[in-house]
Amino acid sequence: MPELQDILFYAFAGLTLLCGFLCVANPLSRNPVTSAMFLVLTIISMAGLYVLLHAFFLAAVQVLVYAGAVMVLFLFVIMLLDLREEERRKLNGAAVGIGAIAVGTIAGILTRALWHAQPLAKVAAAEGATRSLGRILFTQYLLPFEVLSILLLVAMVGVILLSRKELK
Amino acid sequence: MDFLQNLDPSVQFVLFSIVKIAVVFGVTMSFVAYSVLVERKVSAWIQDRVGPNRTAPPAAQFIPILGPFLTRLGIFQPAADGLKFLLKEDFTPSYVRLAYFWLAPAIAVIPAFMTLAVIPFGSTLGNPGNKMVIADLDVGILYTFGIVSLGVYGIVLAGYAANSKYPFLGGIRSTAQMISYEIAMGMSVVSVFLLVGDLNLSKVIEYQAHGGWLVFKQPLAFVIFLVAAFAETNRLPFDLPESESELVGGYHTEYSSMKFALFFLGEYANMIASSAMMVTLFFGGWTLPFIGEPASGLLGGLLHIGIFVAKMVVFMVMFIWVRWMFPRFRYDQLMDLGWRRFIPLALANILVTALVVAFVNR
Repeated sequence: MPELQDILFYAFAGLTLLCGFLCVANPLSRNPVTSAMFLVLTIISMAGLYVLLHAFFLAAVQVLVYAGAVMVLFLFVIMLLDLREEERRKLNGAAVGIGAIAVGTIAGILTRALWHAQPLAKVAAAEGATRSLGRILFTQYLLPFEVLSILLLVAMVGVILLSRKELK
Repeated sequence: MDFLQNLDPSVQFVLFSIVKIAVVFGVTMSFVAYSVLVERKVSAWIQDRVGPNRTAPPAAQFIPILGPFLTRLGIFQPAADGLKFLLKEDFTPSYVRLAYFWLAPAIAVIPAFMTLAVIPFGSTLGNPGNKMVIADLDVGILYTFGIVSLGVYGIVLAGYAANSKYPFLGGIRSTAQMISYEIAMGMSVVSVFLLVGDLNLSKVIEYQAHGGWLVFKQPLAFVIFLVAAFAETNRLPFDLPESESELVGGYHTEYSSMKFALFFLGEYANMIASSAMMVTLFFGGWTLPFIGEPASGLLGGLLHIGIFVAKMVVFMVMFIWVRWMFPRFRYDQLMDLGWRRFIPLALANILVTALVVAFVNR
């Protein structure tokens, strides 16, 4: 009899792949809201995979930030668009080609990264995952962390500037 | 109880968990039913009316004294309300998006109940290992925020599914409102956890049992959390997603019967969840200033649960009271309060708390 962990892994992995596929290529509906909802399901099932890896913090933040905030804003924007025009739109050959190249590149990078990755989780057990994650972020990975923060700040300032009605 | 002790620990765990889930669910459901009654009674008293005082099963009139008394209190009203929701015609307008129309009420209810899973509603019951919390997660508070943030989908999808303009506007409003106040709420809690040093809610209560209630140490965080809780549960003065004076019924305009009742249920379950969160984070959970140690016996355990529930009821009554005392905010006022007042205040609070923790407490 297979372990419960394995069953859950295959269930969540299957759900992630299925929902991810339905998000980009749903044969039944070309409705962007449906795609967005499938993306939410993909994110939640990925959070399930993180839980199986005992990365509870990552799982919670994944649901909180992506499913709970980013996707809600996506929906907000999608709902303000003209959906009928969006549903009628035909596939564009060039777009599919460029998309395939982008996907291939990202898949290549990820595979390579996973191939060379060294597991880091060993330190976590002693003091709880969240605390050790914070410690690593502020010691070993301080520079990337700060650079990312500045990047987000720049993006935020840029958005505020762009959303002003008239650019001076 | 002997055979329980002889069982495998994992089987024991599963059994206890199922029992806890069933009890918490049942208690919450009856809480919801009776908070609707309290809402009607309190609103009646505030407006100098009597409130529901007639509903009673035929048998009630044969009980001397107690029967008419209970009837006047409206004790039987929730049963009638529930029955009405179940038996009314479930009308589905022809123009709705069916899949979302069916999904939305469920999505509105489920997160409200899921948040209750991490809340420690008592210390221990019976033997010391039997903690009175369904899931003692290490990331408790993050779990809660994650699930709460999913609750908005119920309202948004309801607005979208209805395929007509008033529910749609309600749904759009609720997305903006929930996102804005979630940020304020999350930031207000950060300062609490800076003091406690742990995300686990049981640890938060442990800290408060020895170090005093956090409401006295973090009054600003509590105020921000409280106001944000009103906004997150769509209660007046922040019930803009349904504001009946401009949007008919807001996101649930097209819903009837049990589907409508589910939105109602979700709102009250959310109130219960956020009351429980406030009790846990700021008011010491199941502890009192002179009761801080986990209970050893059955009686002490029940007492702790009673303390927790009593504190929660106080917050529920406050939720209801506020609804009938204040007018609704305007939409721009709501956004202004969230983004330009609470978020900077919460950030300042985090900074001050961090400085205090770094320089004074060490």
